[in-house]
Amino acid sequence: MIKAILIFNNHGKPRLSKFYEHYNEDIEQQIIRETFHLVSKRDENVCNFLEGGMLIGGSDYKLIYRHYATLYFVFCVDSSESELGILDLIQVFVETLDKCFENVCELDLIFHVDKVHHILAEMVMGGMVLETNMNEIITQVDTQNKMEKSEVCAGRYCRSTCSCCISCKEHEPPGNAQKHQHWRHKHKSAKFTFLQIVAARS
Amino acid sequence: MSDVVEKTLTALPSLLSLDSQPGSAKLSTHSKLGNLIRGITELTSKHEEEKLIQRELSSIKEQVSSPSTTMRQMKELMVRSIYCEMLGYEASFSYIHAIKLAQQGNVLEKRVGYLAVSLFLNESHELLLLLVNTVLKDLQSTNLIEVCMALTVVSQMFPKDMIPAILPLVEEKLNHSKEIIRRKAVLALYKFYLIAPNQVQHIHNKFRKALCDKDPGVMSASLHIFLQLIQENSEAYKDLTASFVTILKQVVAGKLPMDFNYHCVPAPWLQIHLLRILSLLGKNDQSTSEIMYEILDESLQRAEMNHNITYAILYECVRCIYTIHPKSDLLEKAAKCIGNFVMSPRINLKYLGLKALTYVVQQDPKLVLQHQMTIIECLDHPDLIIKRETLELLFRITNAQNVTVIVEKMLDFLRVSKDDHTTIDLVGKVAELAEKYAPDNEWFIETMNTVFSVGGDMMQPDIPNSFLKLLLEGFDSVEEDKKLRLFAVNSYVSLLQGEPNKLPQRFLQVICWVLGEYSHLSKDVEPDVLLRLLVKLLDTKSCSNETKTWVLMAMTKLCSGGAALSVAHEVSEMYGSSMDTVLRQRVQELQHLSQDAQLQTRVLPQCASHKPVEVDSSLSFLDGFVSEALAAGAAPYKPPHQRQEELSRSKALSLEPYGLSLPISMSSCSVTDRQSPTLLSMSSGLSGDSTELSHKGSSTTLKLDGVKRVWGREGYLAQKEPAEEAAQVEASSPLQSSSQKADEDSSHSQTPTQTPDSEHEKQQLASSLFVGLASQSSGSVGGKSEQTSQRFRRKARNQDKPLSSSEHLTNLLVSPSGSADNLLLDSNSSSDLISSPEQTHVHSLDLTAANGTCDAEAELPDRDVKGLKSPLSRDASVPAADFTPHEDPDRRKDLCLTSHLPAALSGLSHSEVTLVCSDQSLDLSACHVQKDESIEFVVFIKNSSDSAAHRVQVQINCEELEVSCVCDSTAEELKSNSVTVCQYFLTVKRPSVSFELVGMVYYQKPAGSLQTAQFSYKLPLTSFIRPLAVSTEEYGTMWLAYSHDTKQNLPLMSGEDEPLTATLNVLKTKLQLHVVEIIGKEGIVACCLRPDQPCLVHCRVHAGMLAVWLRSPVPDLPDCLLYHCQRALQEH
Repeated sequence: MIKAILIFNNHGKPRLSKFYEHYNEDIEQQIIRETFHLVSKRDENVCNFLEGGMLIGGSDYKLIYRHYATLYFVFCVDSSESELGILDLIQVFVETLDKCFENVCELDLIFHVDKVHHILAEMVMGGMVLETNMNEIITQVDTQNKMEKSEVCAGRYCRSTCSCCISCKEHEPPGNAQKHQHWRHKHKSAKFTFLQIVAARS
Repeated sequence: MSDVVEKTLTALPSLLSLDSQPGSAKLSTHSKLGNLIRGITELTSKHEEEKLIQRELSSIKEQVSSPSTTMRQMKELMVRSIYCEMLGYEASFSYIHAIKLAQQGNVLEKRVGYLAVSLFLNESHELLLLLVNTVLKDLQSTNLIEVCMALTVVSQMFPKDMIPAILPLVEEKLNHSKEIIRRKAVLALYKFYLIAPNQVQHIHNKFRKALCDKDPGVMSASLHIFLQLIQENSEAYKDLTASFVTILKQVVAGKLPMDFNYHCVPAPWLQIHLLRILSLLGKNDQSTSEIMYEILDESLQRAEMNHNITYAILYECVRCIYTIHPKSDLLEKAAKCIGNFVMSPRINLKYLGLKALTYVVQQDPKLVLQHQMTIIECLDHPDLIIKRETLELLFRITNAQNVTVIVEKMLDFLRVSKDDHTTIDLVGKVAELAEKYAPDNEWFIETMNTVFSVGGDMMQPDIPNSFLKLLLEGFDSVEEDKKLRLFAVNSYVSLLQGEPNKLPQRFLQVICWVLGEYSHLSKDVEPDVLLRLLVKLLDTKSCSNETKTWVLMAMTKLCSGGAALSVAHEVSEMYGSSMDTVLRQRVQELQHLSQDAQLQTRVLPQCASHKPVEVDSSLSFLDGFVSEALAAGAAPYKPPHQRQEELSRSKALSLEPYGLSLPISMSSCSVTDRQSPTLLSMSSGLSGDSTELSHKGSSTTLKLDGVKRVWGREGYLAQKEPAEEAAQVEASSPLQSSSQKADEDSSHSQTPTQTPDSEHEKQQLASSLFVGLASQSSGSVGGKSEQTSQRFRRKARNQDKPLSSSEHLTNLLVSPSGSADNLLLDSNSSSDLISSPEQTHVHSLDLTAANGTCDAEAELPDRDVKGLKSPLSRDASVPAADFTPHEDPDRRKDLCLTSHLPAALSGLSHSEVTLVCSDQSLDLSACHVQKDESIEFVVFIKNSSDSAAHRVQVQINCEELEVSCVCDSTAEELKSNSVTVCQYFLTVKRPSVSFELVGMVYYQKPAGSLQTAQFSYKLPLTSFIRPLAVSTEEYGTMWLAYSHDTKQNLPLMSGEDEPLTATLNVLKTKLQLHVVEIIGKEGIVACCLRPDQPCLVHCRVHAGMLAVWLRSPVPDLPDCLLYHCQRALQEH
């Protein structure tokens, strides 16, 4: 069984945490910190498995992680899971995120925490692997998102939201736009490294 | 926060309009969330972040509670709270709103609501009960997405006692037309099975149906369940082996749709799952294993080495092959596979290869020999995890010849490792190896010194315990013991003369104890010098209070006249007014004993021998104090469980789902009878208890699944036996090949001229590491050194055993100030210190001494048993196994023993007389006799030997039953071939599904030695159930009065009669229930264990099922009875 799925960045900032077993809130934070501590110390060219720390349950538990550009994806599993199997599951997860967000980067995870959770829910349910096929996961998420779109259009907010959208763009000062372009550029480059690794690993 | 990406976040809001969706609802969401995130990234300190989040939270709080907030805004607020919670800030005020959102929002808002709920709450959170109705509603929804969401949240967390309410709905979903719903339903049911196995007992057949589902996705989901079930009880599912093999065959052959391929490998995760299941099924079962040989071979061949995931499959294959009944050509292939793993340049594979080697080393030590050079390289691998795994492997191949090299490697690793968890684990292993295989005293003490200084205060407390015990109990020869102790003393004195403040506290405590106890052995150490050292230690700042008490105890033992007096005085001046009571206590002892040499020799005799120490476990010396306190109006003592019960009783809320949505329509009933605060939460907790039994079992099996535990407390030999067997089963003559191997090795190391220096070193290391392994595999016992280690090992195990039996006692040793028990003793002894030296002797003999002697006592029965069985298996469970009844003599005895039944019981029905235990002289048989209102347990003791047995005494215990003696259970003399009978009256203290009576027989043989034998006897709850004849009116009043209840749907019987009548008749005949009345579709039934322990059952036919509702004033009884009802109906 999968006990927890954690995503944090190179500085240990949590980007997603999902626990399939109940821990106290403080313990959860400690687990994230401890896991980051364990994982971040490791070089690039070492194995992707770690024995779980004290908090998460000792030697019966394993941390299986992958490092992509700025993010660590860590799965904490018990002995009933196959190590290499989980390693590839992480890959499936990341590739799915990449498809859903069209070139995923850390920012996507920050601003769409809920979406990432929804994608994850289609993959892992209550600690059990539900689906490993990327296309199937995307189909499921898409059907849900379709409802979202149809609802937004059908909803009475539709018009006002559109106008709001336009007004925002209009009021945007030119300087800001430039800055934004600059940001966009950097942002893209960050994506690039990220993807490179995706490609390299797969 | 120096990250480039994060810095640029400042420009976010503008970006967001371009990024991803152009929907402005998104925009408003993100501008607020964006503000928050931008704010956080700009911060420099944790403190500022805290302030910002608190501000954010209070603004969220304000908005969520305002009535004008729309659901849409609520959704956005929830996302923000989720973000805050993820960062570790509590947003508990939003929990209730998350539930509301899940309840009232439209599909999308609901989705966020459910997500928030599943992230915020846990199974035991009380707010979760508010979600039950929403889940019920959504499960019945026609919108598939809603159903999916409900199933997801249910599998994440659901209150255990609410499962019956939604169970039928989830079961229904197994027949849903959509594959995804079926799949999720299967996983939800699996989750139910994990948290409340009793409740889903009746749907095991449906699991089988799910396995045959036309959709492979549903089938693979059901494998989760089967993996678990087979782990718990593989026997029941052997019939499915062929099906699993067929499935795997189809998968491997690529019969599944292309969708299931991953990197051109057909459904790899499914294959992994199936292989795990097969290995469980084929374990120790030749015929089952034979079914799977072919497919395993095919899997091995099909999995070409091209991608990570194929390695995953290969690894599972290899493990499976080594787990099931061995087949030589498969083993050969698997061994080759392991070789490929180990040699692989990819580190992940190397890791798995080492793991596989560790797993198979018991069966196939040759394989390790083949890869010895790779293993040596792994020892110097830059990756610590690989290193650790290698050490784990070495740990398993340690023997007396290579122990020094391996332990040295381990200690090297320990010095580098920073990880606490690893340190603790490895320190334990080193200590174990040192005790087991130590070649000589010096090495042993020095290794243990390193263990103590490296392990520090983190290590398991039983390491210092067993070390001290080893010193105390000693070995076979007195001379050896003396040498060991002397060496320890000398080494510790030199340590103390060095820099003692750098040593960990635990080590200092060990040092103190040893010096106090054994320093008199050394002629070179002056007591005064030692005392000075100890005083110096006492003055160090880093010394904890606990350690100080140990120092003082040591000083108390050492103080004897002369200069010591002044030291004692000095110390008592210093610490006599300490805040720590234990410390003060010790100082008092030191002061008094140092002044009175005579008392000291009486209290602390040198070389404390193993005299039994009487411990008054009932604390009867406190009786006077207790009665005084009671007289003064104190509340009587309540055991913890009773206190807990009362506490929860006063706290319990009426937490019931709304009656309407319950599948059982007894709403009117439930409204009226819920006037008093009900104990729903109580009864649910108890139902948990009843299910826990099986659950616990599952958790342990789960742990064992990983790698075979080769090193138990019992040591190495017992496990080695099966390994050797397996080696012999192998067709490839192990003796020859391994000796050849060994030859090769030696020839390798003898030709150093060709190899460069480093290579040569490695070769040498290899030969020292793997020495003895070859001989081990061929089963030949080694030469002289092996024999000496044998002696050491036996000693080590001798003291290993009592350690586990009296762990609670030994814990006292480690924390003299920590445990309350000890404090009690201390205060007691301080008051009695002068007046009654006798008692002081008991207490201040030093707890260790007390321990040792207690253990010696505990060991007694063990030694007796030893004569009966081979010395190899000194396992506690073995005596029971030895005494397993033999079928035939049993039958024969039954007839003659029945005649010994007491006259009062002879007319009554009794169970078959079964042989429960027998040793050389006594045969014990037992049966239970059903009386109208009670049950009696009869033990027949037959002396089957030629000589008489004296003082035969039987003791019977059971946690859940009250056992009272009907007739005298002791017999002064039991002549040869005569029978004596003991009768016991059994009543239920705490209901349980079945009861296990554990008994001990003590007797004396003419030779004088005290003999003991243990036996156990199992009784189902059904033997205690009696019909309870009540009228419908009485039933009504009783029903309202009882608080513990449980509900469940049971299958109906089909017969000639009406289904309800037929079902109730089955229950009536099988369980002796009393059917009070049947009206239409309802029936009421009553039974009792004793007249004051009734249980009422209300049955109702509903939707083709029998909805039963059990109530009783006795906790647990409804659950246990329900279990038997289920069983009775299933068996019918």
